[in-house]
Amino acid sequence: MKATNGNISPKKPASTQKDEVVIHAKGIKVGFVDNEVLKNITFDLKRGENMVVLGKSGSGKSVTIQCIVGLLKPDAGDLTVFGQNVAEMNDDELKQLRMKIGFLFQSGALYDSMTVRENLEFPLTRVLKLNDQQEIDKRVEEVLDGVGLLDAIDKLPSDLSGGMRKRVGLARTLIVKPEIMLYDEPTTGLDPITSREISELILNMQKKYKTSSIIITHDMECARITADRIVVMDDGEYIAEGSYKELQKSDNKMVRSFFNETT
Amino acid sequence: MAEQAITGWRKWAEDIGEQCVFFARFFRNIFTGSFEWSEFVRQCYEIGYRSMMLVGITSFIMGLVLVVQLRPSIVALGAESMLPKTLTVSFIREIGPVITAIICAGKIASSIGAELGSMKVTEQIDAMEVSGANPLQYLVVTRILATSLMVPLLAVIGDVIGLFGGFLALNITDNISLPLYFHKCIASLDFSDFLPAVVKTIFFGFAIGFVGCYKGYHSNKGTESVGIAANSAVVTASLWIFVIDAIAVQITSLLFYK
Ligand SMILES: Nc1ncnc2c1ncn2[C@@H]1O[C@H](COP(=O)(O)OP(=O)(O)O)[C@@H](O)[C@H]1O
Ligand SMILES: [Mg+2]
Repeated sequence: MKATNGNISPKKPASTQKDEVVIHAKGIKVGFVDNEVLKNITFDLKRGENMVVLGKSGSGKSVTIQCIVGLLKPDAGDLTVFGQNVAEMNDDELKQLRMKIGFLFQSGALYDSMTVRENLEFPLTRVLKLNDQQEIDKRVEEVLDGVGLLDAIDKLPSDLSGGMRKRVGLARTLIVKPEIMLYDEPTTGLDPITSREISELILNMQKKYKTSSIIITHDMECARITADRIVVMDDGEYIAEGSYKELQKSDNKMVRSFFNETT
Repeated sequence: MAEQAITGWRKWAEDIGEQCVFFARFFRNIFTGSFEWSEFVRQCYEIGYRSMMLVGITSFIMGLVLVVQLRPSIVALGAESMLPKTLTVSFIREIGPVITAIICAGKIASSIGAELGSMKVTEQIDAMEVSGANPLQYLVVTRILATSLMVPLLAVIGDVIGLFGGFLALNITDNISLPLYFHKCIASLDFSDFLPAVVKTIFFGFAIGFVGCYKGYHSNKGTESVGIAANSAVVTASLWIFVIDAIAVQITSLLFYK
């Protein structure tokens, strides 16, 4: 199966190659008890690229990225990340993979019994198994500074606003320096100014850490700022693909409905 | 109708299967990876210390009430001096452990169920999992071990306080001194009264932690499922306590009470 796809580069010298594909999905199908959510999802994510996925609520955008980190298993199709098939991984391999992937949940998913500092320390001590407290403090402060929330370090998540929570969530995923970032609706539920700040933060992070990202959104402003490439999803399939400018000119009804909202 | 019943049974069977898998995963995670000591200690504090008051008050009242209720029949038998012994044996063997466990099912199983349920709903458990950390080790192993340790401790404390409550009730009518009363209590106790009772409470504690964690960890992703998780954790844990009690009494009577 994989041999037919010329895009996949050999595993070893990977990191230097510009066009290297980090996520390759082909014909992904996912169904739940009585509905087929994903019917045929096919895409390649290249290194260093920001791919935006547009689609209405309930169309299965979150399900797609949950498959990438192995939270869900596709019923059919091929899904490889860094050249390895996710569905065939054992617990250890899955853990290794997850360490390279950052996942920003829709809600931020901060651990609400822990302070911001403890939230950020968690992946360092539990996943990277660091135990040099100075190193930990340094990394926590650095990444928190990066999202502009250094003064909130000892607060509990319940004392933070929605935008701040998203930023801490972002900091918590970035602290382990992932190679791939998956953003699930990073700007939903935020005011326009905060949304724009988050979008710009995503762009900065891409530049700073050279991550490849999938950004799920229906915020066109966010898509415009962050996207190198946009795919539009409808009824379990990707129906259009292109840059922001290209899709703006599309005459597909579904695509138009996204772009018209803002203009 | 029939179809409904069949799907109902299938759900039930699936649930049992899932619980077995959960148990196996819990067991495997005790021995693999690094143990979360600080979280374990925090849970012991939360579970043990915070329930002490409640267990203490209930046991005290139970001891007191029991003496008042038992007294007339024992006096009628002319065996008044047997009152401390009767109380002690019934309290240590049965009433103390069960009361404590039921109180803990209400307080601890529900709070674990609600806590993990809300962590599930707000995707915190998923977040832990996709970060490459092990939520089972951090959340489940610590809680189940903490309940298995703290419920027996609480039960022992409850026993002592319950006997003290009994003393107060007895003292109103009989004017017995505290040292003499406790001397009588302890003298009437056998190894075979105490040990099975403590072992039993370890299982009660395990059931409380396990059910709470299972219900919370496997709750659905809606806001109402947090309530459902908490509620069914209490109901299931209470049921398990009585089932375990019934099994335990058979085993102990085979082994000890000839
Ligand atoms: N774990 C699950 N079990 C059953 N159904 C699910 C599950 N996760 C998602 N779904 C269903 O899949 C569909 C797509 O969900 P989702 O990917 O969250 O949509 P969105 O595009 O808004 O992110 C929804 O109809 C949802 O009910
Ligand atoms: Mg979603």
